[in-house]
Amino acid sequence: MKKIMLTNHAVALGAYEAGVRVVSSYPGTPSTEITEQLAKYKDIHTEWAPNEKVALEVAIGASVAGARAMSCMKHVGLNVAADPLFTCAYTGVNAGLVIAVADDPGMHSSQNEQDSRYYAMSAHVPMLEPADSQQAKDFTMLAFELSEKYDTPILLRLTTRIAHSQGYVEIGEREETALKEYKKDSKKYVMTPAGARPRHIEVEKREDLLQQDSNHFEINTVEYRNKKLGIVCGGSVYHYVKEATDASILKLGMVYPLPIEKIKRFSKNVDELIVVEELEPFIETQLKAAGIKCRGKELFGRQGELSVALIRNKLGLGSLIESDKLLPARPPVMCAGCPHRGVFYVLSKLKLTVTGDIGCYTLGAAPPLSALDTCICMGASVGMAHGFDLARRENNVVGVIGDSTFVHSGITGVINSVYNKGKSTIIILDNSTTGMTGHQNNPATGKTIYGEETFRLDLEALVRACGVKHVKVVDAYDLKQIEDALREEINKPEVSVIIARRPCVLLPQIKQSTPYYINDKCKKCKMCLKIGCPGIEYIDGDIRINRELCTGCGVCQALCKFGAIVKEDK
Amino acid sequence: MNTNILIVGVGGQGTLLASRILGSLAHMLDKECKLSEVHGMSQRGGSVVTHVRVGDKVLSPLVSEGETDFILAFEKLEALRWRHYLKKDGILIVNNQEIMPMPVITGEMKYPQDIFDILEKEGIRYEKINALDLAKQAGTTKAVNTVMLGVLAKLLGIDYDKIQKAVENTVKEKFIEVNKKALDLGYNN
Ligand SMILES: Cc1ncc(C[n+]2csc(CCOP(=O)(O)OP(=O)(O)O)c2C)c(N)n1
Repeated sequence: MKKIMLTNHAVALGAYEAGVRVVSSYPGTPSTEITEQLAKYKDIHTEWAPNEKVALEVAIGASVAGARAMSCMKHVGLNVAADPLFTCAYTGVNAGLVIAVADDPGMHSSQNEQDSRYYAMSAHVPMLEPADSQQAKDFTMLAFELSEKYDTPILLRLTTRIAHSQGYVEIGEREETALKEYKKDSKKYVMTPAGARPRHIEVEKREDLLQQDSNHFEINTVEYRNKKLGIVCGGSVYHYVKEATDASILKLGMVYPLPIEKIKRFSKNVDELIVVEELEPFIETQLKAAGIKCRGKELFGRQGELSVALIRNKLGLGSLIESDKLLPARPPVMCAGCPHRGVFYVLSKLKLTVTGDIGCYTLGAAPPLSALDTCICMGASVGMAHGFDLARRENNVVGVIGDSTFVHSGITGVINSVYNKGKSTIIILDNSTTGMTGHQNNPATGKTIYGEETFRLDLEALVRACGVKHVKVVDAYDLKQIEDALREEINKPEVSVIIARRPCVLLPQIKQSTPYYINDKCKKCKMCLKIGCPGIEYIDGDIRINRELCTGCGVCQALCKFGAIVKEDK
Repeated sequence: MNTNILIVGVGGQGTLLASRILGSLAHMLDKECKLSEVHGMSQRGGSVVTHVRVGDKVLSPLVSEGETDFILAFEKLEALRWRHYLKKDGILIVNNQEIMPMPVITGEMKYPQDIFDILEKEGIRYEKINALDLAKQAGTTKAVNTVMLGVLAKLLGIDYDKIQKAVENTVKEKFIEVNKKALDLGYNN
């Protein structure tokens, strides 16, 4: 039976049919739906970990213990999980271990567009890259097989256009894999210097073997068409190339290690060889190092996504059609009723320096709030606030961080600031969910991936245990409470934590209250426009509240000196 | 021959659901089909686009600029923003609704006033639909997407029963009735 499905769901289906038993992941666009879908299969234990490092360690544990295991993350998540990755490449696996990593060329929802293929190369683990939904399923199943055959963790690389596209997928049956026997084997699994040296030799042998074998893998295919031009490519780019040209194509299903002999033969059968790849010249550089003459990045550049039109254009086969650049942009915004808005209004009003972090609240950087000074990576707000303070000693630095991000990697930052006698102020924006990635539970929500009740991490108790003496909880809709707390804490000579609490308005359990409207007391002072609520519109000199959007949060009302913002009658 | 469709709008307007309904329809008609969606950051009230390609052999899941048969625009400014995707005799189906983007809300820029004039001047074929009114008539402003799908299905010459079945297959149980009403208002108006 065939079904049209999201590629991420196809990956989940592949893992399910391959008999995966344990899955541990941390959400991150565009990888999140793999794990959400896996949680729907009853025969699999699926969980959200607090971050990718823990997630991968859980999967490694399960694999060594004999269960097929998987961990899914976005590209920057693999940075966090890099430490276990590099050494589990030495230990190898017991049952199959697959790590799905989703890159985001073009940065649809990411802070950089790093190329995770280099992780395969530097950790010496193989990497598969499917070109569509069906392949995503097939390659996931193959990945488990190869992982066990070659005794290695294996990376499955997706990109946004693959992860979030849909196509037909053939549905099969789950193959129940028995739990493999676990035998204590310290030579294989205890990586001390003495243990790791012999394993390093195994890693190199394995990579050589994989490299040779890859020349015969069926997932690396050659299609001879017009032999004037030969193109080497993989992933989504394969379909773009096929649509854009009649060139011959060598499609890589395994992007590391490369089937060098096969590519050499291909290059001899075509007049010219071009590598078409998004982001870095990963394939091109290796081909050049192997003495294969080719071009690539001189044509295509390293930034953003490729497309059929762009490939045609760069190969001299067509022109590009420009978009209309004069129209007002429509950037993403914090939703009407978002509990983050008030905090950013106050931070902006008090002209504080704000080290930001990653989540919906990063949108506080956009005008008119323009409240963030920095945004680097998950957890950075806390360490950076301390660093700012050390450098300038101006008592004006506040770090802001969401609940999920705080649990992910903010805690160690707080421990550091307290330990090193810092005095920064940290605001935890606790909206009771992992909002940005589509409302996943996390340890601070007290619910598992299945929505079951579990221990709710007590953020107040946690930061106190880290040594923070000044802990305040405020209502994120109450501007006065937020301002009072900030004024009080910012000057304290010790670390303070303010928890601004209010659940995300989009959570299904949240009942929205009656909308507000603006009456004729309005003096058009535009104070209410300063919070950048999409529900308040300023059109042709008139200010009005869009009742379709207003959730009745009341943040704007607190700003109106004329009492012009009032609740609609029920 | 492939039919290329772009569904554009503002995050939260249900472009994703609309494309999935078309996917279900393609499956029923036994056609090859690929969809491409946007999740994450851009959903938060930003400009969103989903691509739908249906036909005998679909390669890229993305439609190229200048090659789109139908653009289904849930909002007027978005219709303008994506119009360069339309092919020469393609049709732009526009919901006659304005949703203000942040640069307009803050008074920094003006919402373009002459959208249909621009389309006329550029010789773009368009259909203007008051989808918000029709959706309200069906029972919820959230059904703009299904109203618009109804219009598209009619233009594509799809049997009403088939598109209705696709809606039933895709939409959550409790929203089926209201969406069927919306579909009918779009298809038969
Ligand atoms: C290392 C890493 N993993 C995952 C992500 C993806 N990501 C971006 S924001 C976010 C979570 C934000 O949740 P929270 O901190 O609770 O803030 P909210 O969006 O709810 O405001 C995640 C998982 C990332 N950017 N970096």
